[in-house]
Amino acid sequence: MTVLLNAQGISRAFGGVQALNLCSLNVDKGSITGLIGPNGSGKTTLFNVMTGYVKPDAGSVSFDGHDITGARPNKVFAMGIGRTFQLTRIFARISVLENMLVATQREESWLRGLTRSMSNKSEHDAAMEWLDFVGIARLAKLPAGSLSYGQRKLLELAYVLVADPDVILLDEPAGGVNLTLINVISEKIRSLNKDGKTFLIVEHNMEFVMNLCDSVTVMHQGSDLVTGTPAEVRSDPRVLDAYLGGGDDEEEIEEVAHG
Amino acid sequence: MLRKRNLLWLVALAIALFVPTFITNPAYRQIAVITLIFTACATSWNMFSGYSGYVALGSAAFYGTGAYTMALVAVHMHIPAGGDMFWLVPVGGLAAMLVAVPVGLIALRVRRHTFVVITIAIFFVFQLAAINFNFTGGTGGLTLPYIPWLIQNYHIPFYYVALAMLVFAIGLSAAVRRSRFGLQLLAIRDDEDRALGLGVKVFPVKLTGFAMSAFTIGMGGALYAMMQGQIYPQFVFDPIFDISIALMAFFGGFGTLLGPILGGLVLESSQQYLTVTYSNGSLYLILFGVLFLLVVLFMPQGIVVYIRDAWTKRQDRLASSSENPVTQGGHS
Repeated sequence: MTVLLNAQGISRAFGGVQALNLCSLNVDKGSITGLIGPNGSGKTTLFNVMTGYVKPDAGSVSFDGHDITGARPNKVFAMGIGRTFQLTRIFARISVLENMLVATQREESWLRGLTRSMSNKSEHDAAMEWLDFVGIARLAKLPAGSLSYGQRKLLELAYVLVADPDVILLDEPAGGVNLTLINVISEKIRSLNKDGKTFLIVEHNMEFVMNLCDSVTVMHQGSDLVTGTPAEVRSDPRVLDAYLGGGDDEEEIEEVAHG
Repeated sequence: MLRKRNLLWLVALAIALFVPTFITNPAYRQIAVITLIFTACATSWNMFSGYSGYVALGSAAFYGTGAYTMALVAVHMHIPAGGDMFWLVPVGGLAAMLVAVPVGLIALRVRRHTFVVITIAIFFVFQLAAINFNFTGGTGGLTLPYIPWLIQNYHIPFYYVALAMLVFAIGLSAAVRRSRFGLQLLAIRDDEDRALGLGVKVFPVKLTGFAMSAFTIGMGGALYAMMQGQIYPQFVFDPIFDISIALMAFFGGFGTLLGPILGGLVLESSQQYLTVTYSNGSLYLILFGVLFLLVVLFMPQGIVVYIRDAWTKRQDRLASSSENPVTQGGHS
């Protein structure tokens, strides 16, 4: 398999906190890759580095053979990397449909927006189609702020999809969502993956990750600790130590990770 | 529904066209012109600040730039006093737009409260410059070429130019609201970083909106200067202007198309009327204070939004009661 998205030796510090320390990650084309790790292990920071929201102190990010280290978020998105946020971020005071339309323009020059209407027919249809795909098409005309938390998660997924990205980074898609909806989201991801979309998923729900992902990377203290299939990761003693905060073994874990 | 709305706009325009025939007193005609200028400025201000959420409190910098451009060009280029000077109104707008670009490049780097403070600071730089430079005439201001029109009908041409300016501002604001560009501004208002992550080039979009809104405000300043025939730095670079147009938009409905029109027409005309009638400059401030307290308490999103919500609720109630006559109460 070819590597679609790659982070190499990323470091990033916030003040005295080393959020990322020589972290590397590969996302294979057509895969569903999971990224897990204890709270504060640097998963979201890695997402932010890969999508241009945070500039790394060291290391490089490449996408489909192009170096995208330090590129602005709009550029990253235009190249075909879509993402959602841990705390869902939607445009609350415009309608659900308008939320979708914001994302339908990735290749367009900004001046063009002045001379054209909000959407043309194909954009409108694509937006409605994706809303229908996630099951909230009937809410299209409502202000997005009136959606429930779960519906917001679906909307966020839909408007990332409408721009037809090649790889989609999901930050805790199952967080704070009821079981039925978790299954719906999981099924949507699987069906999109079948159509060729690549996924990178941060998630705390182990069952969700282990069922869905082809490959899982475990992060610990800002570095990638273990990478393997769900079964390999599950049985790796270092992973257990990382999650349980294995006391005096911590230095040992570091050595194993980098040695 | 849409056709009905267009009809209402036409009726409003028709009434506006005949206002100078009903109002013959020059003092009241002047009130009408100033009201139209302020309403156009408030509409234009709202087109950027209301849609994008970037509350700019330094727009008088553009108003003053328009006014000084009118005065300086008319004097130094020896434009004949009279109708020809109206051509300088869009020139004043362009000058304001040019000034808005560097101002925006600085101010639009910061958000929310910091943006508000920076725009106020930049405004004072402009006011101090106008007071202290020689070419602006210092505190004495500038005198424009005297227009020898009869006082009885002096304000009529200004009225129609101001009305055209208001129609332009409303048309532009409506067009922006329907465009992709307007959608991007609204997305920036709700979550700028998220918009950036969805491919919106936020900085160029903000800067364009900011400069576009400065255009009409600059034209307003130019027209005002031409009508008054004399400008002073403290009246065209006036902090009250900044606050007034923002309050008009908030009063009517921040971020709505109709809000600033309603706010401008009601507030500016009543302010001018009270000032002229009672020759008491601060009476309107007291009344406005009370009015704003009431609006903030009972209609925090402005009058337009309040009425629209009430109307929608009523429609919903009617619809649900006709559908479901048996159900009592039910869900809301």
